[in-house]
Amino acid sequence: MPTSQVISRHVIAVIVDNEPGILARVVGLFSGRGYNIESLTVAEVSHARHQSRITIVTSGTTMVIEQIKAQLARLVPVHTVADLTVESPCIERELALIKVRCTGEERIEALRIADIFRARALDATHNSFVFELTGGTEKLDAFCSLMEPLGLVEISRTGVVAIARGPTAIGEAAAA
Amino acid sequence: MTAVIAPEAPATSATRTMTGAEMVMQALKDQGVEVIFGYPGGAVLPIYDALFKQNFVRHILVRHEQAAVHAAEGYARSTGKVGVVLVTSGPGATNAVTGLTDALMDSIPLVCLTGQVPTHLIGNDAFQECDTTGITRPCTKHNYLVKRIEDLPRVLHEAFTVASSGRPGPVVIDLPKDIQFATGPYESLVGRAHPTYRPRLDAEDALIDQALDHLVRAERPIIYGGGGIINAGPEASEALKEFVRLTGFPCTLTLMGLGAYPASDKQFLGMLGMHGTYEANLAMHHCDVMLNVGARFDDRVTGKLTAFSPNSTKIHVDIDPSSINKNVRVDLPIIGDAGRVLRRMVARWRERGLSARTDALPLWWGQIEEWRRRDCLSYRRSDSIIKPQYAIQRLFEKTKDRNVFITTEVGQHQMWAAQFFGFDKPNRWMTSGGLGTMGYGLPAAMGTQIAHPGATVIDIAGEASILMNIQELSTLVQYRLPVKVFILNNRWMGMVRQWQELLHGSRYSESYSEALPDFIKLADAFGATGLRATNPAELETVIDTMLATDGPVVCDIAVDEKENCFPMIPSGAGHHEMLLGPEDKADPVATEEGMVLV
Ligand SMILES: Cc1ncc(C[n+]2csc(CCOP(=O)(O)OP(=O)(O)O)c2C)c(N)n1
Ligand SMILES: [Mg+2]
Repeated sequence: MPTSQVISRHVIAVIVDNEPGILARVVGLFSGRGYNIESLTVAEVSHARHQSRITIVTSGTTMVIEQIKAQLARLVPVHTVADLTVESPCIERELALIKVRCTGEERIEALRIADIFRARALDATHNSFVFELTGGTEKLDAFCSLMEPLGLVEISRTGVVAIARGPTAIGEAAAA
Repeated sequence: MTAVIAPEAPATSATRTMTGAEMVMQALKDQGVEVIFGYPGGAVLPIYDALFKQNFVRHILVRHEQAAVHAAEGYARSTGKVGVVLVTSGPGATNAVTGLTDALMDSIPLVCLTGQVPTHLIGNDAFQECDTTGITRPCTKHNYLVKRIEDLPRVLHEAFTVASSGRPGPVVIDLPKDIQFATGPYESLVGRAHPTYRPRLDAEDALIDQALDHLVRAERPIIYGGGGIINAGPEASEALKEFVRLTGFPCTLTLMGLGAYPASDKQFLGMLGMHGTYEANLAMHHCDVMLNVGARFDDRVTGKLTAFSPNSTKIHVDIDPSSINKNVRVDLPIIGDAGRVLRRMVARWRERGLSARTDALPLWWGQIEEWRRRDCLSYRRSDSIIKPQYAIQRLFEKTKDRNVFITTEVGQHQMWAAQFFGFDKPNRWMTSGGLGTMGYGLPAAMGTQIAHPGATVIDIAGEASILMNIQELSTLVQYRLPVKVFILNNRWMGMVRQWQELLHGSRYSESYSEALPDFIKLADAFGATGLRATNPAELETVIDTMLATDGPVVCDIAVDEKENCFPMIPSGAGHHEMLLGPEDKADPVATEEGMVLV
């Protein structure tokens, strides 16, 4: 397969003005142009400057990823677009709340697995738990699949948030 | 998400208190707007009231909101200024959507003000409510819903900045009726830079030099220019001319770029693309270095991507980074304004004392001349029926000494106009390229005529397209706009029929223009003049009479019904697989994958 056809996964962080419609603009861009969204998170990160940070996990060929970044950057309320996958090593985290309904042996097994994964039990009844787990996407996937046969009934996940390692902040030129 | 709280502007002596509707008029005045195109309705009555009480902005009342937007496009494209539109909420806004999309595709700077139901009714399915910002988000460069009077002055001025800077485009401001009545402080913010939106205009000299290094070494160079050069102002076309002359390279232009380089010049190869010339397309195919300035490697230009100019080094100058590497991978991207980059190229070429390869360039021109001798635009002449190409040629000849502006509708006539009407200057050619909107030409001509009252403005039309915005004849008559409508009447949706003939086994499904109106009576009914030509002799007198008539004229030119537009590169084919005339049949293998393309 020529390298131009290889599909790779990218985590893109976007700093935007926190104004009405900005999320629709970003989402509309992805759907209108046929780009993938694996996950998307958004929250205000600077109340004083009214700025939000959108983290998008997407995949595509090099040319498509370049297009996505250029298309995002030309939206008027967008300040910064950073490809965290390319620019530096980055840390990715997701948080999940997971409800498991079980009794007897399965209940003990669920707790044992939660312990191995360092998940916290936030809620417990005689026949259920709500676990909180933070980590990379794969860790969360693994936890969920282990819980599946034990009585997994509901999952709520935040989607990926990410940040670059090292002293440089988003939008800054890399420190010498 | 919550609304942005704009930093309050400090009260200066220039700050005045006024209503939202008055702010709109004041901002238009401060922006130097002389004319707006619009149509009233309940949700914009306060603005129409403010309009009534002033006399610096002229309002042109159209007959359909789509026409208001196309008129503003014609105005903008022929002047380089921002076109301004004012429409009401709901149906006013939805009618404007085609025009906005057209302006987005062709990068035309517009500000479109839409009325909206009062803020407390938004979301209630109120009378004539629609989600204007939602509907227009994908067809504008940017849009605003103004919910606080304090934000209005900033938004009004920002809209002009966004519309006209970088890659131009349409901007919508949705204005709820209560905001139009509300009062607040107004201050002119003309020329204030946008806090974040700062398109890059100048490229580094290092990149310019790299581009010149490629070009100076080229054996088979070509310069391919597009609408970006027109958008960069007449100086950009001057710079292109200088660079092409300086280098001695051949130059071709896209449909949107026509006029950026003089069509009458020897170094011009004609338009390229689906209906471009043999020499332009083959030169693109065989070149070794391509300089693209302000064009976007559109699919009408490239044809089959894998077969597009396979062995060339590609340099792409564009103000919009998202145009780079979108369709075609380029070797050297240069982000910047077409005019500024071209001027730097001219300057650096001179400073470095460069000269093109004297060993290779004459050979390349020899090859191009050979292609030229195919005379790809030739057609079978006739003494009895009017060939559409001939009609355009005669129109061109007879208007050569005039200050002429041409608009078109969409179809074969549009392509023949592009092929046979020569443009030596920019801003003279207004056509719907990206969206291909039938019904564009008449209102665009209207806007162009408003901007250039003394000029000869002609809409080269098809009999099907013209009916899409025919109601604007009424506007022409009201404002005594002497626009000439030159209909190449082939009694078919010719371009549709051509595709059906070549690609769908001549099954002419629904492409015959049945029950056409009598265009002379129709012109008469509107208060315009109608003329008809059915043979080449009458064509001469009709053109002469048309040009000698003061007011709006509709010419019904009965042309050969079966003529097709050549050369043609069928969808999905490469530049080297061109059909040159009726003798060439579309290759069934090449068309199978091409059939699904538009
Ligand atoms: C609004 C719109 N609808 C449909 C089309 C598809 N279309 C492209 S050309 C064409 C036929 C145009 O016929 P006419 O105006 O008579 O021009 P001709 O090709 O005959 O010169 C049609 C239907 C279009 N471009 N725009
Ligand atoms: Mg026709």
